[in-house]
Amino acid sequence: MSTVINDSISVPANVHLPIYMDNHATTPLDPRVLEAMMPFFTGKFGNAASRNHSFGWEAEQAVEAAREQVAKIIGATAKEIIFTSGATESNNLAIKGIAEMYKERGNHIITQVTEHKAVLDTCKRLEKAGYRVTYLPVKADGLIDLEDLKRAIDDKTILVTIMIANNEIGILQPTAEIGKLCHERGVIFHTDGVQAIGKVPVDVNAMNIDVLSLSAHKLYGPKGVGALYVRRRNPRVQISEQINGGGHERGMRSGTLNVPGIVGLGKACEIAREEMQEETKRLTALRDKLKQKLESHLDYVHVNGSMEHRLPGNLNMSFVYVEGESLLMGINEIAVSSGSACTSATLEPSYVLKALGLGDDVAHSSIRFGLGRFNTEAEVDYVADKLIDVVQKLRELSPLYEMVKEGIDISKIEWQAH
Amino acid sequence: MAYSDKVIDHYNNPRNVGQMDKNSQEVGTGLVGAPECGDVMRLQIKVNPETQVIEEAKFKTFGCGSAIASSSLATEWVKGKTVDEAMEIKNTDIVKELALPPVKIHCSVLAEDAIRAAIGDWKKKNGVAEGAVAAQPVAAN
Repeated sequence: MSTVINDSISVPANVHLPIYMDNHATTPLDPRVLEAMMPFFTGKFGNAASRNHSFGWEAEQAVEAAREQVAKIIGATAKEIIFTSGATESNNLAIKGIAEMYKERGNHIITQVTEHKAVLDTCKRLEKAGYRVTYLPVKADGLIDLEDLKRAIDDKTILVTIMIANNEIGILQPTAEIGKLCHERGVIFHTDGVQAIGKVPVDVNAMNIDVLSLSAHKLYGPKGVGALYVRRRNPRVQISEQINGGGHERGMRSGTLNVPGIVGLGKACEIAREEMQEETKRLTALRDKLKQKLESHLDYVHVNGSMEHRLPGNLNMSFVYVEGESLLMGINEIAVSSGSACTSATLEPSYVLKALGLGDDVAHSSIRFGLGRFNTEAEVDYVADKLIDVVQKLRELSPLYEMVKEGIDISKIEWQAH
Repeated sequence: MAYSDKVIDHYNNPRNVGQMDKNSQEVGTGLVGAPECGDVMRLQIKVNPETQVIEEAKFKTFGCGSAIASSSLATEWVKGKTVDEAMEIKNTDIVKELALPPVKIHCSVLAEDAIRAAIGDWKKKNGVAEGAVAAQPVAAN
């Protein structure tokens, strides 16, 4: 047999390789954002904390304008926005800062199992420091059960931290309902909004969010800058600072402000807010087309997580009986990611997919597509064609696919785990 | 992770893909690995009953590129060897030939297991004594 895995599908003239379709990992900088940032690297280089000359004033003015832009995309006020180095720092600051500030009130924190490691590892650290953490399970569709949350809240609960959108499967948690529940019970609600902000409408008041983390590079802004929203009234939330120094950002986050980065974050928020409706429509159509094409040409494909409660640009699919890393190798000019163990540093398959109750074999076969602002319909068509071709070829190579086709129940085979 | 040219070559042009009748007296089949571990290899050999030379080898593998390459290479290497000679193939030879990085060594171990399991199956079918070399697959890691 002369199988050639990676060949044959011709590349249309309007498609340029490599194709970037991994927009949950990061997004390219929007050229309009870069344009807004440029003056602040050279001519307008001032320190926003310099109070007595025009260089400082100019920088401060730009930072305050960005603060307005960031506040606006989540329905907050500018004074409630603190700039950070990114969402990992925002999550650390929020969770550790609240735990420390409210330790007299209680020591119990609630989160859920498919959070990003920036939340889970921070919670683990707090457990070592004597806090009690409840990790809520998720249902097969990836959403938490609100009844579980209701039951988990007790008189020692100080914080609930549950993300809006998941970075792997793109599912949207019932954020407004979580917020409502937290406020009824007098518990602070923090949410990791990294994947959601700029992609779906978020309003901190309508959703009763008290603290929210976001990052610029997930919404076509620069890397190395993010923000934390901290509610100032109803209720006023206080956070213990985690970085000490010059008292920047109302003492909550010392350190000279990254002015060009902050300007970029502001501009990225402004563009996202203005274009969200249009972009959602376009990305949903592209995503659904990709899904439809793959499903109509391949058997044994499995969508991971809810399709109903999902980010517009996300598709997470398992191509059962084909191992994810080998699939990535066959489509090496398409940038996507896999939940396969072989693609992770730990050699463990995705904990998010496992939390949905999927078997390891299905997790090993998963691919995450992250469609974004700069993906075209021609790219989607090419990616679908290429993927169908490679999956079919790898299945010719797969003993599991052959057995299933022959009617053998592979779950009944006594495999030798190794 | 960057793959060696040899891994890419075996991945892109896998040798000896297919299956043989596992019920045939001359065919030995080795099925090793587990779906939940992310790799399953099936390696089959067809042995000349007179000479004990492996005349044909086929494989199918579910696994990463290195697992596919390791099993593809294994089929190339066993062909033309006697079963006893084939038992001498070591996973370290595969690692060397394919320049596998440390995290992929288990792929080569699995390929060695597959060779041994196929030979073991053939021996069992043909009443050949197990001999000096163990035919049972060894634990991979």
